[in-house]
Amino acid sequence: MSIDQFKYSRIPPEAEALRSEVRAFLADTLKDYPAIRRADSWMGFDAEFSRRLGARGWVGMALPKRYGGSDASPFARYVVIEELLAAGAPVSAHWFADRQSGPQILHYGTDAQKDRHLPAICRGEQYFCIGMSEPNSGSDLASIKTRARREGDKWVVNGQKVWTTNAHRSHYMIALVRTGENSKRQEGLSQFIIDLSLPGITIRPIKDLTGSEHFNEVFLDEVVLDADALIGTEGQGWSQVTAELAFERSGPERFLSSIALIHTLIDAVGRDPDALQAKEIGRLAARLVTLRNMSLSVTAQLAAGENPAWAASCVKDLGAVFEQEIPELAQLLCDIPPTAEGGCDHAQVLAYLTQMAPSFSLRGGTREILRGIIARGLGLR
Amino acid sequence: MREIFDSTVERLFADLVTPDAVRAADTGHWPAELWAALEESGFGLAAVPEALGGAGASWADLCGVVRLCGRYALPLPLPETLLANWLLGVCGQPAQAGPLSFAARGSLKLAAGKVSGVAVDVPWGRNVPALVAIAAGEVPTLVLLPVEGASACTLRSNTAGEARDEFVYESAVPLLAVPLPAGVPTDVLLLGGAMLRSAQIAGALQGMLEMTITYANERVQFGKAIGSFQAIQHQIAVLSEHTAASVMGAEAAFAESAETLARLPVTAAKVCASEAAGIGASVAHGVHGAIGFTHEHALHLGTRRLWSWRSEFGTLTYWSGELGRALCQGGAAAFWPSLVAGQLETSAGAHA
Repeated sequence: MSIDQFKYSRIPPEAEALRSEVRAFLADTLKDYPAIRRADSWMGFDAEFSRRLGARGWVGMALPKRYGGSDASPFARYVVIEELLAAGAPVSAHWFADRQSGPQILHYGTDAQKDRHLPAICRGEQYFCIGMSEPNSGSDLASIKTRARREGDKWVVNGQKVWTTNAHRSHYMIALVRTGENSKRQEGLSQFIIDLSLPGITIRPIKDLTGSEHFNEVFLDEVVLDADALIGTEGQGWSQVTAELAFERSGPERFLSSIALIHTLIDAVGRDPDALQAKEIGRLAARLVTLRNMSLSVTAQLAAGENPAWAASCVKDLGAVFEQEIPELAQLLCDIPPTAEGGCDHAQVLAYLTQMAPSFSLRGGTREILRGIIARGLGLR
Repeated sequence: MREIFDSTVERLFADLVTPDAVRAADTGHWPAELWAALEESGFGLAAVPEALGGAGASWADLCGVVRLCGRYALPLPLPETLLANWLLGVCGQPAQAGPLSFAARGSLKLAAGKVSGVAVDVPWGRNVPALVAIAAGEVPTLVLLPVEGASACTLRSNTAGEARDEFVYESAVPLLAVPLPAGVPTDVLLLGGAMLRSAQIAGALQGMLEMTITYANERVQFGKAIGSFQAIQHQIAVLSEHTAASVMGAEAAFAESAETLARLPVTAAKVCASEAAGIGASVAHGVHGAIGFTHEHALHLGTRRLWSWRSEFGTLTYWSGELGRALCQGGAAAFWPSLVAGQLETSAGAHA
């Protein structure tokens, strides 16, 4: 690692050129979209919207043309997703496929796997969830117990995943599963693309504290998978998962989760803020500008084929602190109490994001795990 | 040009700007020989257009140099000289030899060719022959004022002992007076000063981070290096995140500045750097324990600067207040488009 990894990277003009088109599409499509739904950001699930994005070529756009993508640069994808998030568009349905599963299948998949999944992902029609955590394996991911055993040319999976976002609305889960016994826990893990319609799979949504259903328990009981459900190399699951982390931890979704509340806050404050309101809104803006530049810098490193996992962890941790501070500040700056029902847009968005905020430093790696990774990268042991 | 600048300056500073040299300067010793070495290398004129006798370097080329000034706690007004000469160049005036400073705040007025008023918080004022400032008058005017032309001078220094002097002028004849060109804002020196300090803070934090990691890996308590304790690791992780943010802020501000300083990126840089300075100094001192609180240890050469630099040329409150007011003026719909464009947008963006 090095602090100097953070080089300033402008979005190239050809990628920047997409922005006005995306904004025009969103202005039209989300014309009457309410603020409270914009606050849902990448947790908002709308298959119809995902298909419309797919038709525009804005899902899986970094994938090759022969699979329905656009061979777009990571920066072009960045422009599209940051505009979607800033507008609070409902992108959850295709989000994990676009960010993670598609690129992973492209990288590790067989031709058959690519043909089966990538074109449907690019159409905005095939949705993925990521099966990582288990009841006794959260931050300590390498301790997972869900197991796949070989039977003839099949795999049989038993175990349980938990906190699996969108499992109840996805077609496939890419799951990390134990396939062998090794002295080192990180070895003997493999990844499978599991068709969630198979017999033996039970999916139970877990209500979060707001009463919404985003994440799930997934039970796998003697689930029989074809041999080609394995993605990548048997026993290489851990390194495949960690290779994704820089993609997973550095994107704009790691600091834009509360942007809907900045918008309603500015509306609530009006054109003539008092000194405290001006200071705090300006301070948020300054940090947002810097986080975005850090995130773009990581994107440039990813585009150059580097593995900026350390820098990505910095973005994620700083970003989560930022996203979580927005509701805290918003409730201090305006004399408008949060309302879960009724009330103005600001009051509703404040209520919703105040309650969602604890998840921002849990999903995608906890604050403690990230800071541990950062410290190790700095040479602290 | 950037790589050559960075490596040249790093070599020079590593040799000459030792902790002892910095300590000596903190107590009032002007390191003339060090300035001579810098002047010989030509860095004072780096940002001056080639046509006016400089190296024609862009701010993007110079970000590393200014970061290194912060990292080594250079006890000389090289950043100030860069900015002052740059502004002379923007106004079509030739660069000045020797160290130079500027006044970003005060009450200077130009009338009938003479300057009166106060120039406050002039970095290294007592050590330079002249300073640039923007004087009010019929039109805002760039003036070059001889320090010895001041009728009174109040010596002050910041927490690190760096000179921050005040000069009173009474009908003084400027060495040069030229109307500020259209498009150059009257607070250009405040903005430029904020940009310089953001990079110096980033550099100082980077040095402090390395020092803190080294110390945490060497210092043994309870039978192991304190850097192996999670509580220490997480604090240093936070220090590194803020260091990265300040570096990114400064790099963006310098990269987007050319003939015109990029107001929004500079504001973002100074706000993030000012915030990082306090957090970073606190972590570095916490990890170093009592030894870091001694005069003998070099840690304070960084931290005592951070505690002043964060307030100089506009505090976090000043710059975030300016930005926040402007963003509220623009309304919610212009918020995101403004941040993306790096300048305030008045037209509405995509979302209502």
